[in-house]
Amino acid sequence: MNFSEAANTGYFFLAPWLVFFPVIGLLINMIFGGKMSEKAVGTVASLASGMAFVVSVLLAYSLSATHGHTVTVPFAEWIHIGDLQLDWTFRVDTLSTVMMLVVSGVGTLIHIYAIGYMHEDVRFKDDVKRFRRFFVFLNLFIAMMMILVSGDSYLMLFVGWEGVGLCSFLLIGFWYDFDTLGRKSTANAEAGKKAFIANRVGDFGFLLAIFTTFWHFGSLQFDKVFEAASAHPDPVVISAITLFMLIGVTGKSAQVPLYVWLPDAMAGPTPVSALIHAATMVTAGVYLVVRSAPLYSLVHGASYIVAMIGAVTALFAAAIAVGQYDIKKVLAYSTISQLGFMVAAVGMGAYVAGIFHLATHAFFKALLFLSAGSIILGMERGHHAHAHHDEDHGDDHAHVEHHEEEVFDPGDMRNMGNLRKRMPITFWLYMAGTLALAGIFPFAGFWSKDEILLDAKLHAEHFPGVYWLLSIAAFLTAFYMGRQIWMVFFGKERTEVAEHAEESPPVMTVPLMVLAVLAVFGGALNIPELPGFELPSNILHNLGHWLEHTLGHVEGLPLDIGVAGISTVLALLAIFFSWLIYGRNPLKEGQDDPLRKMFGPLAFLFTGMENKWFVDEGYGAVIIKPFEKLAKFLSITVDWNFWHDWFHDSVLYAGFKWLAEFLSEPIDMGIINRFADWLAEMTKRSSEGLGRLQNGFVRSYALSVLLGVVAILGYLLFK
Amino acid sequence: MTTDLILFLILAAVAIATAVGMLLSRNAVYSALFLVLNFTTVAVFYLLLGAPFIAITQVTVYAGAIMVLFLFVIMLLGTEELPERTVLPWQKPTAVFLAVVLMVEGVYLIATQKAPGLINNDPSEGFGSPQAIGNLLFDQYLLPFEVTSILLLVAMVGAIVLTNKKKKGGQS
Amino acid sequence: MVPVTYYIGLSAILFIIGALGVLVRRNALVIFMSVELMLNAANLAFVAFSSVNNSLDGQIFVFFIMTVAAAEVAVGLALIVAIFRTKNSIDVDQINLLKG
Repeated sequence: MNFSEAANTGYFFLAPWLVFFPVIGLLINMIFGGKMSEKAVGTVASLASGMAFVVSVLLAYSLSATHGHTVTVPFAEWIHIGDLQLDWTFRVDTLSTVMMLVVSGVGTLIHIYAIGYMHEDVRFKDDVKRFRRFFVFLNLFIAMMMILVSGDSYLMLFVGWEGVGLCSFLLIGFWYDFDTLGRKSTANAEAGKKAFIANRVGDFGFLLAIFTTFWHFGSLQFDKVFEAASAHPDPVVISAITLFMLIGVTGKSAQVPLYVWLPDAMAGPTPVSALIHAATMVTAGVYLVVRSAPLYSLVHGASYIVAMIGAVTALFAAAIAVGQYDIKKVLAYSTISQLGFMVAAVGMGAYVAGIFHLATHAFFKALLFLSAGSIILGMERGHHAHAHHDEDHGDDHAHVEHHEEEVFDPGDMRNMGNLRKRMPITFWLYMAGTLALAGIFPFAGFWSKDEILLDAKLHAEHFPGVYWLLSIAAFLTAFYMGRQIWMVFFGKERTEVAEHAEESPPVMTVPLMVLAVLAVFGGALNIPELPGFELPSNILHNLGHWLEHTLGHVEGLPLDIGVAGISTVLALLAIFFSWLIYGRNPLKEGQDDPLRKMFGPLAFLFTGMENKWFVDEGYGAVIIKPFEKLAKFLSITVDWNFWHDWFHDSVLYAGFKWLAEFLSEPIDMGIINRFADWLAEMTKRSSEGLGRLQNGFVRSYALSVLLGVVAILGYLLFK
Repeated sequence: MTTDLILFLILAAVAIATAVGMLLSRNAVYSALFLVLNFTTVAVFYLLLGAPFIAITQVTVYAGAIMVLFLFVIMLLGTEELPERTVLPWQKPTAVFLAVVLMVEGVYLIATQKAPGLINNDPSEGFGSPQAIGNLLFDQYLLPFEVTSILLLVAMVGAIVLTNKKKKGGQS
Repeated sequence: MVPVTYYIGLSAILFIIGALGVLVRRNALVIFMSVELMLNAANLAFVAFSSVNNSLDGQIFVFFIMTVAAAEVAVGLALIVAIFRTKNSIDVDQINLLKG
């Protein structure tokens, strides 16, 4: 199945350019960007991403020419220490090409969109110079993601993993000195920090998995590991590896319990949310599981845990989304929920379904996020227009009052209403994305979600409960998206800002249209057999056949009318309910969410949904506060008070001072000085004494001569 | 044999007595005269020891010239007794003590050494005669002889210079 | 036949008496005379040994000693006279200006 071919057939030699083009793009922008116009910077970055897409297409084409045989393109030697050989090798197989195409394709569209979005955003935030930095970071992200999906070993995957984590930190905290409402604050920086730290916890798990893999199998290279695993399956070790990897997946792909960073990550600009948190980075976890399919298929227990975590996350997050007011927060929890679907799918072994849903989700979620960005900017434009309108009418007093009264949140759905009149293009685009997400036939989401549900039902005896959880989550998905549509686009405008909202320029709407097309027709990637229709077999299960080359035999399931029917009915029911609550009696200005009243005695449930089930508060109390207390204790009490104040001052300094005084007073002055004085005194006295010998009398000298004679004679005699 | 011994003892006694006398006399003249006597006794000793030339030289030079010189100077400088002054009180006792010690050492030395021999009572013909002395002096000991002559010259000059009274101050 | 040790003993005694004289007497002239006595004692020993060894070297030596003694006496007495002229006394204890 896998063998390395000489890389001079086809376009495989272009593989390193996947990474190089974005790197060159970011270098050009970093070095020369200061002198380039905004359009030029954006064009360079988009071209870089676009070229990466072209390379992906060429690689996919070459791969199809070789009938999907995997090709590895060795690039550089990295670590060669004794027996340890870890290299940077590019792996071009069907799975990685799918990921490459999704990432670079959606990424390029988002780059183009971001030119228009950031052009306005830096002016709203009054910092035009930051435009360049955004595109540098975006290109860096694309480069890192390419490394992640094209790596031939867990090591390169991890390099990319960490790299995209860094980029998400940089981009979430892009407006690091503001908060989401535009006030001066550290809130955005804290969101970035939260993302990085939550990811770190996940990375810790992934690292443990890598260490265990290396320790047990002696290599990190995919082929070697999978061969060794299937040859000598050790369930304990492989369970450990897969479960540690799962921790990494929950971190990167925002599952329970490490999902908490993704809603906060909405602090970043909307293109960031679209690219990183909807389309590409969060799917890295899913890719990891699919890549490690040979390992997961060996341990049913770990796979079940994966599937359950996915299913639970899907339901949990969908429930939260129902109670959210911020347009992007709804989409964020929706992302978490849909990721839950994907993780559940790959946990159950339905890898093709998972990847299929990954691709379609990339299309419609990016579309939804970018459209939400368009809406937010529309509200901002309305806000500024409204303020100027006030000024123009010479109503200075009102103008000042208006600005000082409150800070305006352009993303709060309670401030919107009837925007379909003001922003029609965005409205239709958003509808396309919503219908795809809700899973209405024949939009893309219907096909991928249906395949997952079908797999869940079929494997229900091995994976009990997954089907029910996913179905309820699908119901809630349609419900909250319907709620969102009614609140944002229908009814009456609830604020004056909404009355003045403006449509977005083509540079923003055109990429969205491309995405909308993909969202509508994306289901064609993997059409199952339809009962009652005769379809030519070469358009069926294309994705499945493509991925078969990497994953081994894949069962191509035909459409099951029962499952598809139930899910469609549930979705339509949910949309109907949402119309009943939100659409029929549109919300008035300042009115609270009617769902709270509907719950009646169970209103606390709605409060829970509204407050994300207080998970963040729980983490804060259990983990973060004790940690801060410990850090404070260690730094203040142990380090400053004990070590610095007491130990240094009392022990070291005082001790040294005492020692110096002791040495100087009694020893130096007392003993040594006195000794020196005594020596001098002795010398003086002896010299005085000896001086008295010189008395000037000759006779005494003569006596001494005789004395000497006698002495010498005596010595000689009695020797 | 015994005559030699008796003669020796008598002469020794005389020599010692005169020496002690010289030592203890208050009067310098008496001391000089005692010393003359001592020298003469020693000259006799020389005769006994077979050194006639030396004996005559002793009498002539020592007793005759040197002691006369002494007496001249004693006369010149006065013979008064010096007044008693006790500047170095411990000088005399220490000197006596050391002399005794030296005596003891000498006795020990003489007693413990092996006897070097006896006096030759029968010297050869011409032993100690002027001819023999002269032969040796001008033959083997020529250099010391000549040097001694220079020494005498120096002494003469020195004596004259030292006793020269300065007529005008500062001129020598 | 007198053993030479007698002569040596006599010489020693005379020498010691001379030494005592140098140390004890204060009259410069007497001191000088004691020095002559000491020299004389040495002469005696020389001559005694020359007789024992039957060689004239001892006597030659005595000759030289006498000559030197004579010269020394001449100069020494001249010195004493010169000192007397300044100090007007021949007490050696008076000559004590070189004390330290």
